[in-house]
Amino acid sequence: MTRLASIDSLPDANPGSLRRFLHGLPGVDEVGARGRVDALGTRSIKNEAKAWAIDLSIRMVDLTTLEGMDTPGKVRAMCAKAVRPDPTDPSVPSVAAVCVYGDLAATARAAVGDRVHVAAVATAFPSGRASLEVKLADVRDAIDGGADEIDMVIDRGAFLAGEYARVFEEIVAVKEACGTAHLKVILETGELRTLDNVRRASWLAMLAGADFIKTSTGKVTPAATPPVTLVMLEAVRDFRDATGRLIGVKAAGGIRTSKDAIKYLVLVNETVGDQWLVPDLFRFGASTLLNDLLLQRQRMATGHYSGPDYVTID
Amino acid sequence: MPFEYAPAPESRSVVDIASSYGLFINGDFVDASSGITFKTVNPATEEVLADISEAGAADVDRAVAAARAAYENVWGPMSGRDRAKYLFRIARLVQERSRELAVLETLDNGKPIRESRDVDLPLVAAHFFYHAGWADKLEHAGYGAHPRPIGVAAQVIPWNFPLLMLAWKIAPALACGNTVVLKPAETTPLTALAFADICRQADLPPGVVNIITGAGDTGRLLVEHPDVDKVAFTGSTHVGKAIQRALAGTDTRLSLELGGKAANVIFDDAPLDQAVEGVVNGIFFNQGHVCCAGSRLLLQESIAEEVVDSLKRRLGTLRLGDPLDKNTDIGAINSAGQLARIVDLVDSGDAEGADRWSAPCELPDRGYWFPPTIFTGVTQAHRIAREEIFGPVLSVLTFRTPDEAVEKANNTPYGLSAGIWTEKGSRILWMAERLRAGVVWANTFNRFDPASPFGGYKESGFGREGGIQGLGAYLSGEDH
Repeated sequence: MTRLASIDSLPDANPGSLRRFLHGLPGVDEVGARGRVDALGTRSIKNEAKAWAIDLSIRMVDLTTLEGMDTPGKVRAMCAKAVRPDPTDPSVPSVAAVCVYGDLAATARAAVGDRVHVAAVATAFPSGRASLEVKLADVRDAIDGGADEIDMVIDRGAFLAGEYARVFEEIVAVKEACGTAHLKVILETGELRTLDNVRRASWLAMLAGADFIKTSTGKVTPAATPPVTLVMLEAVRDFRDATGRLIGVKAAGGIRTSKDAIKYLVLVNETVGDQWLVPDLFRFGASTLLNDLLLQRQRMATGHYSGPDYVTID
Repeated sequence: MPFEYAPAPESRSVVDIASSYGLFINGDFVDASSGITFKTVNPATEEVLADISEAGAADVDRAVAAARAAYENVWGPMSGRDRAKYLFRIARLVQERSRELAVLETLDNGKPIRESRDVDLPLVAAHFFYHAGWADKLEHAGYGAHPRPIGVAAQVIPWNFPLLMLAWKIAPALACGNTVVLKPAETTPLTALAFADICRQADLPPGVVNIITGAGDTGRLLVEHPDVDKVAFTGSTHVGKAIQRALAGTDTRLSLELGGKAANVIFDDAPLDQAVEGVVNGIFFNQGHVCCAGSRLLLQESIAEEVVDSLKRRLGTLRLGDPLDKNTDIGAINSAGQLARIVDLVDSGDAEGADRWSAPCELPDRGYWFPPTIFTGVTQAHRIAREEIFGPVLSVLTFRTPDEAVEKANNTPYGLSAGIWTEKGSRILWMAERLRAGVVWANTFNRFDPASPFGGYKESGFGREGGIQGLGAYLSGEDH
């Protein structure tokens, strides 16, 4: 927006200037935002448009396993699926990345090679309750293991206490520790609660150097929702207008069906435009979504539904 | 790579349009005594949909007589509880047939199926349900202990929301014990005629609802009929004035819902992304064929440029085209005549020096179309700031202070609706007190509910439709 674009200098880490900037952003009317996503949710995507959207969605998936019971075996199986989602159909594209805990990054890297990205959650995921040193060590560990994408969490406690500068500096430090690895900043919008907070946290993360802003850890309900994603997309759109930089958005958690995924693509298309309809700028963080995409893809190819036994469970 | 939405047309096969329609009088479809017919067309394709009978004086007499007899013998004496049963039955039938009615509305009117399906039809059913609930509780509505119906109501409705306006008129009239003769607009008679079929399906006693079709002459014969007790009209201010002149000195009760030139006021502390949506919904909903449309956008100067830029970007995503496609946002203009009026007013905007910008969308070759258009640099003196365009055309004006916003918003002969966008609650209340408009929306626009009264002041008419207030138009209590 021009008002933001005309700002001579974006705020720095100075607590006062950050606060003034974030609190000067236009508010978000929750009812209106929900109305907008409901209206876009009625878009009817059929035939060749649906086939195209399903393949794009597959290419945007960060195939994820983030469980205490994860083992190298589980991760290797998931990696095989990430590279070749449907063993019966080589025309199915690979997903964008696999997403694992930092200690399994090396296992994942060994399994996928350079065929898909390896994302590791770090910074005391999912709560973020640790000292900065511990968080940075967590990041370095993951990178040493071969991760080329880091999914960090912000300190929600500090954000809600209004200590924006602290959150900012933490992101800056993590970004530096990332080196060339891409940094996704998880806002955990389910704990920020209001859309005003989502907009402020989005700007805070982008100003601090995030390459991606991500809705959720998947460990808190609600995770990604269309209104939250709408507000984040508006933020990256306005940030592009102000700075020329393109920041990605990752909707993570709770997106399980092809129908949902396509609704998100419509939201992207009609909020920021098709420039963002690439895996470098929009991702789905999901574990079960991929199988539904594959089932729908098979259905479109063969004309009939198969069943859950016709896609692999890895 | 662009995300091209494949065509997703709603199936036409759910509707069964007859080649010709008679008048619905006393429970039967009958031919007009003159035998004169006219055609109703699909404005998106100019395809003829059906031949429609034109009611003349003799037909109007028959319809009014049927309504009178039904009022005296059946509907007037019937208990409220029994009237409610019929209204509930009609409401359910509307819901059951809503897909068919939505497609029919879109074919005859040109509005996108998304709107007829998601806005018009749910509201039609809601109006019947709401008023069915009132039928046996009228003594608690605040119109005296024994409120009585008025008698025979003559109702003339416009083409912009054909079935919804029918519901706004017929539901309260019937709930209060009146019988009706209703004339739909000549360009959009089909859903009213389908409603006649619903009345038969619901076993509504003959004569309680009569639907006669025709143009202005038929309407004049109906509202000036001496045996009519109540006239309700929704349409242009010009025709409304003529009706009021004709009824002056008679004891026929009258309510008018006429034109508008609503101001949608955006302050610099507004939630801007949602305000932009509200502006789009305010003026481009239903191709701007909305009497309460937010056709004047008043922007605080400090954010004017930013909002206009955002608005243009947003209009660039509107999808204009086949109204039956589920992804269409902007449908066809309802008639060649209306398109000519829009073009004439838009030309006056150019001639008077305002800056015109239209969304870059391709218009279909056949049918009546106009692209979403914004005029900036508009002043209060321009015709496009004063006259109702009734099309997808927005005039943008600016203001500096809240007082100036109120002055400009009120500086119109109309007073139907207004919108306020600000995050400051106290300012919403301050503005709402001062805006001379029947409906004031805060941080939203074009929201309707059967429980909420709707109507205007000044040249936008008088009387209210909907809510407890709307019942008053169809009741005559002793102390009322």
